[in-house]
Amino acid sequence: MTIHKPMPAGQVGRSLPRLEARAKVTGRADYVHNMRLPGMLMAKVVRSTVAHGRIVSIDTSAALQLKGVFAVYTGEDIRKIIPEPYYGPAFHDQPILALGKVRHVGEPVAVALAVDAHVAEQAAQLVEVVYEELPAVFDEVEAMDSKAVVHDVLKPAGTFPDLKHLHGKKNTNIALDFHLKRGDVERAFAGAAHVFEHEFHTQQVMHTPLEPMVSLAEPTRDGLTIHTASQSPSFVRIEIARLLGWPENKVQVKVPHLGGGFGAKLYIKLEALVAALALLTRRPVKWSLTMEEQFYTISKHATTFRIKSAVDGAGKVTGRSCTVYWNGGAYADIGPRVTQKSGFTAPGPYDIENVAIDSYSLYTNRPPAGALRGFGIPQLVWAYESHTDLIARELNIDPVEFRRNNILREGRPQATGTAMKDAAIDLVLEKVAERMNWSAPFDRGSGTIRRGRGVGIGFKASISPTTSVAFVNIYADGSCALYMSTVDMGQGSDTAMAQIVAEVLQVQAENVRVIHPDTDVTPYDMATLGSRSTFHMGNAVKLAAEDARQKLEAMARSVGVPEGSNLETREIFKKKYGMQAGNVMGVGSYIPTYKSPDSVTGMSDNITPFWMIGGTGVEIEVDTETGHVKLTKLINAADMGRPLNPHIVETQLSGAAIMQLGFTMFENMEFDAGQVTNASFADYKIPGIHDIPPDIENHIVLAEQGGGPFGAKGVGESATFGVSPAIANAIHDAVGVRLTDLPLTAESVLRGIRLKAGNPIGD
Amino acid sequence: MNPHAKSISFLLNGSATEMLVQTHENLVELLSRLDLNGARESCGQGLCGCCTVIVDDIAVSGCLYPAAFVDGKTVTTIEHLDHDVQLSPVQQAFIEEGAFQCGFCTSGFILMTHQLLEQNPMPTDEEIRDYLAGNLCRCAAYPEIINAVKSAAGKMART
Repeated sequence: MTIHKPMPAGQVGRSLPRLEARAKVTGRADYVHNMRLPGMLMAKVVRSTVAHGRIVSIDTSAALQLKGVFAVYTGEDIRKIIPEPYYGPAFHDQPILALGKVRHVGEPVAVALAVDAHVAEQAAQLVEVVYEELPAVFDEVEAMDSKAVVHDVLKPAGTFPDLKHLHGKKNTNIALDFHLKRGDVERAFAGAAHVFEHEFHTQQVMHTPLEPMVSLAEPTRDGLTIHTASQSPSFVRIEIARLLGWPENKVQVKVPHLGGGFGAKLYIKLEALVAALALLTRRPVKWSLTMEEQFYTISKHATTFRIKSAVDGAGKVTGRSCTVYWNGGAYADIGPRVTQKSGFTAPGPYDIENVAIDSYSLYTNRPPAGALRGFGIPQLVWAYESHTDLIARELNIDPVEFRRNNILREGRPQATGTAMKDAAIDLVLEKVAERMNWSAPFDRGSGTIRRGRGVGIGFKASISPTTSVAFVNIYADGSCALYMSTVDMGQGSDTAMAQIVAEVLQVQAENVRVIHPDTDVTPYDMATLGSRSTFHMGNAVKLAAEDARQKLEAMARSVGVPEGSNLETREIFKKKYGMQAGNVMGVGSYIPTYKSPDSVTGMSDNITPFWMIGGTGVEIEVDTETGHVKLTKLINAADMGRPLNPHIVETQLSGAAIMQLGFTMFENMEFDAGQVTNASFADYKIPGIHDIPPDIENHIVLAEQGGGPFGAKGVGESATFGVSPAIANAIHDAVGVRLTDLPLTAESVLRGIRLKAGNPIGD
Repeated sequence: MNPHAKSISFLLNGSATEMLVQTHENLVELLSRLDLNGARESCGQGLCGCCTVIVDDIAVSGCLYPAAFVDGKTVTTIEHLDHDVQLSPVQQAFIEEGAFQCGFCTSGFILMTHQLLEQNPMPTDEEIRDYLAGNLCRCAAYPEIINAVKSAAGKMART
């Protein structure tokens, strides 16, 4: 790894404001949320009231009689347009509208359409559905061998070769199991000086993008145009074309700005229903979810993680076994990929010779779980960094020192066998320790206010292998535009990618026009997810800009302009075409190398093109009378290679950490028989301005990513990793209470304090 | 004509406006019919501040405010702040400090900041937090928002 000096003054490395800044502060930025089309119908779905049941009957007659109702449809109507109406990125398991059975509360069963959204809503309430309830399963561990089976048969999509063996499997809720074996973990346990075993849990939470999920489809002369708040326009086109049996070129998908995504708007969500409705009605159809409905659409996996470590007399971890159960809810979405793609990092960023991982994706009768800012990593880090801290405390070793002794260093093999490269894990740990002033004496408070501090560090591999394609168009006046399908949902990708083009073409980044995703115009991109865009699309954009520059230079030479001439671009075009005319189109396409893990051992010597590293340190105060935890200091550090736009990167770090703070301290979807009882901002609290600590620091460690565009890599998730365990470790440090379940509520802290004092609180 | 529709007239961003509104229609819906999309319904419960609109100099939650109630009143939206082409000092400060990511909640934060600085030209950090506690930002640009409010206060004090 090369450690670079601070950024040179170029277009890359500049902290310019977002390109769309003016549009956003004047209320004029485009979101699908705002869109209206002539003749447009509004859709409102009827949702299941039971967690698992057979549909006995659906009576739409009263709804159809309501004045102003255009139509009411059920799953059977969808079949007229799409005979096999099951969608999903990993499994084709999710019906567009329920067919025969419902598998979670809130599942769409029927849909009402009207010009007036209020009429559609009233009509939806008039649809009467009778269910025969079936036994349901909600817990991920119970789902392993429960009598309640969510899907009669597994239906993996053909997309992923490693899911093929699951095709047609019956009588199981295990959507995917991933296993990794390295060395001999049982022997390590047998020969260990100490063995530690713990179980940790995380709760189900929701992304709650403030622009609730929304899609709008309009029939065109010979196809469909879908305007959608999606992080993956290319996937939407491919999946809608597959459902309809059409070629890709008949489906156009357009995405303006997103009012937040965080993984909620990935793959395919509302698009299949609006596509079918637009074709059934021959009218534009818009479907906007309410905040409440979002909770029934996608969420973050609840997990159970059993972790066991062997430690030798010198404090070195010699073996670790990890069993992780992921509560995927009723439909797979991308959950099974989380099980594997994140599962292989379950032992943490430590150098451990003997490792065993068993990771299970479970179907249950809860709302589906998918990707949420970290793709499963925050759930894993929560467990392995809490566990690591417990071991250090038990052995009377300083928690930072214990990590230092075991940390996975450059060149050493990760659990899969892949040698670590450009992964500044040690630098991130040292930066957190330095900013925490870790070696200095610490004020532990007194009386009823006790102070504590803690750290957590995690790492993540990039989802692989994935493809990005970009075009850079130079116009005859010398101005240029970037065509790409990366979605700017607030992370600043438009600006960062414009900086790459500007650096290569030596223009001002502000003058690069970024064309938003429109699959008729912008080329393929796998999706905006998993912090992959900076590296993958960044490389494609750089290649496209270099290709454009080379073509422009070739054109210059073809019209007799000598090499090294400083003739303006517009003059080169004029010489070539006799007037202001023509284009130069640069094309860039990027896919990194990758080797999928062995199906038996889970081993691979090339598991990821890059690693993301994030660490967090916190100081807290605990009120021992109330259990209330006050965060007084939050230090985030990450390795994201060389930042393309340092200020935007810092805001990504603090934004990710504060979001994870919500998932750590209070966010929790509460259930009663599968129904979310707090599905609104009145009852489900997300971080507000009072929840951020007075002292917050974000640090970019000096590192460079080999193979990344200008040494950069992704950063959107890294600061989520360490937050939850850092806070739990600090609570332990302050009051000696160890919490193993998220969220870390005042009630659970107080119960722990009282239990420890021999004065437990009754239920 | 719908028998429940009501004819109202109000001053919208400086222009006299007449509209027929339904009794169930809220202010955000009315504004979107007038192609003003800066106020947005998000939580639908008046808890997130994305739908903030100024009615007779007071910030209201447009998603809870019946459209018919603006009859005879003055309504100002985010779109009015740069009516003379210049961004307001608050808008400039939000850009300079990078006080937003996705931008969906930004209209509400900016309108509330204007109202705060009218009442309290030099607020402390704690006063800023208290005043903006009713606005939510899922991207969590809160540290940058606090910086932007302070920067805007400084800009306005200098002019």
